[in-house]
Amino acid sequence: MSHHPHIIIIGNGIAGATAALGIRDRSKAQITIISDETDFPYARTALMYVFMGQLALPHTYLYPPDLWKEKNINLLKSRVMGLDREAKTLNLADGRMLHYDQLILATGSKPILPDCSGIDLPGVCSLYHFEDLNKIEGHLSSNVKNAVIIGGGLIGVELAEMLISRGIKVSFLIKESSYWANALPKEESEMISRHLAERGITILPNEELLAILGEHQTTGVECKSGRILSSDFVGITIGVMPNVSMFSKTGLDINRGIVTNQFLRTNDSQIYAIGDCAELAVPEENRKSIEAVWYTAKKMGKVAAANICGDNRIYEQGVWYNSAKFFELEYQVYGYVPNTIEPPFQSHYHQHANGQKSIRIVYHSDGFVVGILAMGTRLRQHICEDWINQKKPLKEVLAYFATANFDPEFTDATYKNWHSKSPGSSSSRDPSLASFIFSFFRKRP
Amino acid sequence: MNYRSIALTDQTNPLSYTSLQLVCLTLLYLGLSIQFLSIFDLIFLPRQWTLGLSIFLIISGALGYTLSIENRKKTTAQPLYTIQGNIRQKKWSAWLLALFLTTFYVLLYLRPDLLGLGKNNTPNSGLIGLYDGLSYWIKGKPASEWFVYGTMYTLAITCLGIRVIFKFSHNRYQVYRTLSIIFFQLIFAFLLPEILQAFNKPYVDLKNFWPLNYYFFFDWNIDQLLASGQFGFFVLGWGTVGFLVLTPLLTYYFGKRWYCSWVCGCGGLAETAGDEFRHLSDKSKKAWKLEKYLIYSILVIVVLMTLLILTSRFTGYLISISQSLAHWYGLIIGAMFSGIIGVGFYPLFGGRVWCRFGCPMAAYLGLLQKMKSRFRITTNGGQCISCGNCSTYCEMGIDVKSYAQQGKDIVRASCVGCGICSAVCPRGVLKLENINR
Repeated sequence: MSHHPHIIIIGNGIAGATAALGIRDRSKAQITIISDETDFPYARTALMYVFMGQLALPHTYLYPPDLWKEKNINLLKSRVMGLDREAKTLNLADGRMLHYDQLILATGSKPILPDCSGIDLPGVCSLYHFEDLNKIEGHLSSNVKNAVIIGGGLIGVELAEMLISRGIKVSFLIKESSYWANALPKEESEMISRHLAERGITILPNEELLAILGEHQTTGVECKSGRILSSDFVGITIGVMPNVSMFSKTGLDINRGIVTNQFLRTNDSQIYAIGDCAELAVPEENRKSIEAVWYTAKKMGKVAAANICGDNRIYEQGVWYNSAKFFELEYQVYGYVPNTIEPPFQSHYHQHANGQKSIRIVYHSDGFVVGILAMGTRLRQHICEDWINQKKPLKEVLAYFATANFDPEFTDATYKNWHSKSPGSSSSRDPSLASFIFSFFRKRP
Repeated sequence: MNYRSIALTDQTNPLSYTSLQLVCLTLLYLGLSIQFLSIFDLIFLPRQWTLGLSIFLIISGALGYTLSIENRKKTTAQPLYTIQGNIRQKKWSAWLLALFLTTFYVLLYLRPDLLGLGKNNTPNSGLIGLYDGLSYWIKGKPASEWFVYGTMYTLAITCLGIRVIFKFSHNRYQVYRTLSIIFFQLIFAFLLPEILQAFNKPYVDLKNFWPLNYYFFFDWNIDQLLASGQFGFFVLGWGTVGFLVLTPLLTYYFGKRWYCSWVCGCGGLAETAGDEFRHLSDKSKKAWKLEKYLIYSILVIVVLMTLLILTSRFTGYLISISQSLAHWYGLIIGAMFSGIIGVGFYPLFGGRVWCRFGCPMAAYLGLLQKMKSRFRITTNGGQCISCGNCSTYCEMGIDVKSYAQQGKDIVRASCVGCGICSAVCPRGVLKLENINR
């Protein structure tokens, strides 16, 4: 037996895999990753491409399969059934018991399922695990023509794209008044709604699911408004919640997620929680305690690895960023961009005449920029982060805006035909608009 | 009903073909069949009519199919690429196509008489005879096997290039780049050399620089150029300036891509006809190692061979060894590697096998790119989601993802700057750019 400590990581998502490699870079510890999902850590974000045939599962492996052997990281395909913190052991589904010295919980999320009748019917699916692809594939084999997706967000649109690629008609049932309106300001939300409508998708706003209809197979859904839609497939994408129920009786501090301090340590000093399943006890200003996105999980994996190896590194949430794609329409956000912008914040909104590109800059009434949201155009992350970190004045950001452009070469980046739609200012006589238009021709100081 | 097609432009989504698409595919295959049957002199119309009909069928079939399928793909959210389908998964149709292509190349290089080339002043017959009319019309001479090959090559780049343009109509870099490839193939590689011959000038492809054009300094080429007066001097000067000044300069400003992805016909064919086989390129570290050994060895051989030949020309020594080296290089590298393996194995190893493992020009450009160039692919901070699209569709077998997921910029000698990694990235993480260093 080696005298190196045994570090066990539960979950082989991006958080767990990043943590394992981070630990290996600094230590000779024995490392085991436990997951029952796939043989090798893969990119969950690529599930839709596997379904659509653009990639096969091995293409989506985070690292070449050889790497894990090379780095001496043991991948164990099993499921954790129990945790004994006193004895520092894990019980696995196959009956084995493993001892750990330090433990990282990276169990991710699970889809939230509405509490309604018919939720167990065949033909009701969500999109999270690799196994979900097989489930969806199985349902589609029975000649599905109409699908209803409950909830519109980043996963919902991926599911919609998957279904449309198979020639299925898709409708969205959303609680809000337009697509993803709980996260996006009105203009951007409407832009996505328009884009989806162009793909033949029906959006049913202000509707809530009451029940899923059918006896042996999904035949439709009933809304709270009384509306009934016929559909042979129901996608559930109303969000995710931390996948932590197996730890509920272990004495770990669990709220919605596993509560951690700023070092990502739980109330057990030998146990860390990272990624979607972790909940920060004290989040930073304007930030959430659970941020269930890829980028956050990756960052947390690095910090936990450092702390396990003896550092005392604080997990800093940093400048928030996220990105996604709604069919062809790309979305990038940096910093603080709430869906309703209220004092002391204001925003500057520029939209291309074609209605398919926009930039929103959110700023404090004291003049400094706090957030940037781009649709249909790409921005350079480090420049946007610098602006937000350094609290650059709006004027300066507008003047040098084109230096942040990250669109492919030959894309029109001159910001011609872009119109300012700043709420509260008359659109055509906005004094900073002119500087925005010509900002392409300026270099950064 | 699902149709399984072995077309290069094969549609693999489970949607069935529309009747228009079926008609277009039929036209395309009819046109190709005419060419094939002509090898055995099985033609039923006068030759000029047969060739005209065949080319018309190929172009209209290919373009009609492209237009309808690419339009439909957009409204039905089909992926840009797919790894599904018999031919893309190296199943029987891929092997069949590879066998067919390699046989064609073997005949072309070693036994053109079997394709109908007339020997000792006998007239052409078969496939090569089919092209006599077009050849007479352009340059007043009967067709050679290279005229036939050049026409087919240009046809393939043009038709399948237009397909790429429609496929990437949302990405101007791809559109401009493909237009450039079609232009250089049509004008510089095909028409200009043929027209020069019509004016009794030597056959010259002005964009084909040494060391890709390995025979540039061969005795016969220099003699021929010196014998054709002012024009010959111009070509000699242009070719020398091309590889000594133009190549380093353009590579400094734009990277290797100015040549490999915008001008070159070998790369051009891989980017157009080879587009559906991108995912077959080997991304392993072993392949990378092999690539480095092979490509730089070939560069060294070309340099040595050229030095030997020039030495023998000016000193009279080492004539036999330089001549036999030239002979074997032409056969093994010039014919077998670049043609038989390079193109014949598209359906098995992907499109840029020659560019990656064999091309001495790519080696030269690669060294320049790695050491002194403004070109790089920038990774946008921490935004990579590790999906793997970039690596999968890199025709040069670069594991782009391994750089992108660490937030590293990509500066690799082999990168031809085709921009596909950037085009398939679902988060817009990669940007090709020329930066000020």
